[in-house]
Amino acid sequence: MAEFTLRLRRYDPESGAAPYWDEHTIDLEPHRSVLEGILQAKARFDGSIGIRCSCKAAICGSCGVRINGQPGLACHTHLDHALRGARDGVIEVEPMGNMPVIKDLIVDMDAVHWKKIHRVTPWLINKEPIPEREYVVPRESMVDITQSMACIQCGACVSDCLSMEVDPLFVGPAASAKAYRFVGDPRDAQQFERLQDLAEDPHGIYDCTHCFKCIDACPKGVAPMSQIMRLRRRAGNDHHIKDRNNGERHESAFVTLIKDYGLLHEAELLPRSYGGDSWFGKFHPKAGAELLDSLPAITKAVMRRKVSIKGALLGHKIPKADLNAVQRIYKKIEGRDERLELNLYITGYDEDVDGAETPPATAATGAGQPGAEPGQPGQTPEGSPSR
Amino acid sequence: MKVAYWPGCVSRGFTPELHGSMAKIAPLLDIELIELDRGSCCGAGVIAEHSQELADTLNARTFALAQQTDGHMMMNICSTCQGAQTECQERLDANAEYRAIVNETLSEDGLTYEKGITNKNLLWLLVEDFGLDELRSRVKRPLTNLRVGPFYGCYIVRPEDRLGIDHVKPRDTYLSLLIEALGGTVIEYAGMHKCCGFPIVTMNKEASLKQAGRHLGDAKDADADCVVTPCPLCHLNLDLQQPGAEKITGRVLDMPVLHLPQLVGLALGLSPKDLGLGRHVVKPTSVIDWSSSVVAGVGAGDRGW
Ligand code: SF4
Ligand code: SF4
Ligand code: SF4
Ligand code: SF4
Ligand code: FES
Repeated sequence: MAEFTLRLRRYDPESGAAPYWDEHTIDLEPHRSVLEGILQAKARFDGSIGIRCSCKAAICGSCGVRINGQPGLACHTHLDHALRGARDGVIEVEPMGNMPVIKDLIVDMDAVHWKKIHRVTPWLINKEPIPEREYVVPRESMVDITQSMACIQCGACVSDCLSMEVDPLFVGPAASAKAYRFVGDPRDAQQFERLQDLAEDPHGIYDCTHCFKCIDACPKGVAPMSQIMRLRRRAGNDHHIKDRNNGERHESAFVTLIKDYGLLHEAELLPRSYGGDSWFGKFHPKAGAELLDSLPAITKAVMRRKVSIKGALLGHKIPKADLNAVQRIYKKIEGRDERLELNLYITGYDEDVDGAETPPATAATGAGQPGAEPGQPGQTPEGSPSR
Repeated sequence: MKVAYWPGCVSRGFTPELHGSMAKIAPLLDIELIELDRGSCCGAGVIAEHSQELADTLNARTFALAQQTDGHMMMNICSTCQGAQTECQERLDANAEYRAIVNETLSEDGLTYEKGITNKNLLWLLVEDFGLDELRSRVKRPLTNLRVGPFYGCYIVRPEDRLGIDHVKPRDTYLSLLIEALGGTVIEYAGMHKCCGFPIVTMNKEASLKQAGRHLGDAKDADADCVVTPCPLCHLNLDLQQPGAEKITGRVLDMPVLHLPQLVGLALGLSPKDLGLGRHVVKPTSVIDWSSSVVAGVGAGDRGW
């Protein structure tokens, strides 16, 4: 047994009193969880501490909190580990962020998290006619979405999403991961409509600021940000949805500029992102309006000799032979029929480089394949890793 | 120490004072820069958003070019390059078969990437390889009484696993350690590990500049004289866009934003002018006042810039 001191954030909105901190010292084995620590404090010292939990096994997603400022599951964080992250030897537990507090460590998931999940139509939309029995799809086609299926709806990612912090309307990480779960599902009938909806929404997939917070927050390795990038790839690349948020234009302008110059030509990127991906893009009215808006910043930059007029117009390039090499790479990869994507969540890492037997880049290991029938005709179960 | 130096695009484009100040401090630290001027843009995560294989192959090419030099390691001066390149490297190093596909594409150019390159931001290199004690011994003009707020940029602090951040290598605290070693006062504030908002500036300008403005406001509330960042893209949103951020957040910020090599350079005795501090949109008046009060030798004639 060892002693640990917990500092809990207490707040009861109905009382009218301000939030405050409360400290309790508990006695538990170091490998026991922060949740057990909180429950002991509740049992021994103060029955009024508000905490939500159920499974105590990182399955139900009830016990999301912030521990020493980091979001996670209370039942999934060892006391000794938490102590290591503590600033002053006291383990600090707060309710999750971006959601209103109901009481103490319990936040209102309905008001934010579930509302956003419902926003993305979180069910399968049947194809017509509905198959008489079950849908039959190749096993491989389901592998891609197993990562988003691993979500337990704990809200840890929502708690710390940095876009949501400034834009509460942003659809957010958990709901986006859920959206990909259906966009990537070959049985769904409305993938295009789902993508268009999320691309056109000013608070949809292009509102993610790429901060990686949700990747670090998630206790289940869902990597919501990576799912958002998959949604963008499908929307922009596969369906060429030219959204009103400049998301597709920005990406395509960036990719083209690197092909043309080898390096980023910032002065071209901005107008093209607004007006369209060509040298003429900057003459588009949208580009004009935006440039006018940015003019004070740009003028200042030129005045301070930060950017020269010549530099802004010509950009910088890499040597000709290297640019050719870069363009050869573009041609080869963009010429492939299918995008090659390595999802490390599915493939894992090589044990050892030297002569390691590795799974094919597109294959998967068996992290739960609901839906797919094993041994479909034309599939080769022998070739796939253990299930 | 010899390093294969990847400057990135923005340090040669919109923030030339970054590339310039790096070139100024390198000889003072006996760092020999072998510039990778044949490499292409790392893609900043945007090319990967379009095609992972394309981003991975372009970066594998830069890594292969770095491996051809006799540098000890590859070094960058951009958090975003660090993050985007590490993400590509993680995939390349994880899977031999995938690496073989990428190398086959590179072979047309006579290049091969061999697993396991070491690629470090200047910040990591200074703390882990150069050493803070060594740095301390070279300080000519300690940053005494200069109150500096660190701003990391997301790409250099998350995801922790991929970037190798743990209690042995607390890379998310290095800016504080460095400011301290240079003799400055560390000002920690709420937004120092958060996002500047740059990636969505063309998609949702209001949300983007709200982020920039909020963090700068936090630093101001904590009484910082300036903030320092190892990322030129953060610099664009925090400095170049600061007037816009002031408008959106409705408060005067007037917060100078320094590039990491500029801060190091000041402590090594270089003048604000040498370090291109006059090129910022937000005039670093507080920093210049500080430096002229420390160095009696800087006369009025040197203030014209
Ligand atoms: S990466 Fe995007 S979704 Fe994830 S936390 Fe950051 S802003 Fe939110
Ligand atoms: S994605 Fe991860 S963090 Fe977010 S709700 Fe699902 S399990 Fe929790
Ligand atoms: S981070 Fe940006 S500027 Fe730096 S190399 Fe990568 S894309 Fe170019
Ligand atoms: S803080 Fe901004 S520029 Fe810096 S890494 Fe994050 S998004 Fe990029
Ligand atoms: S109690 Fe169920 S996840 Fe923690």
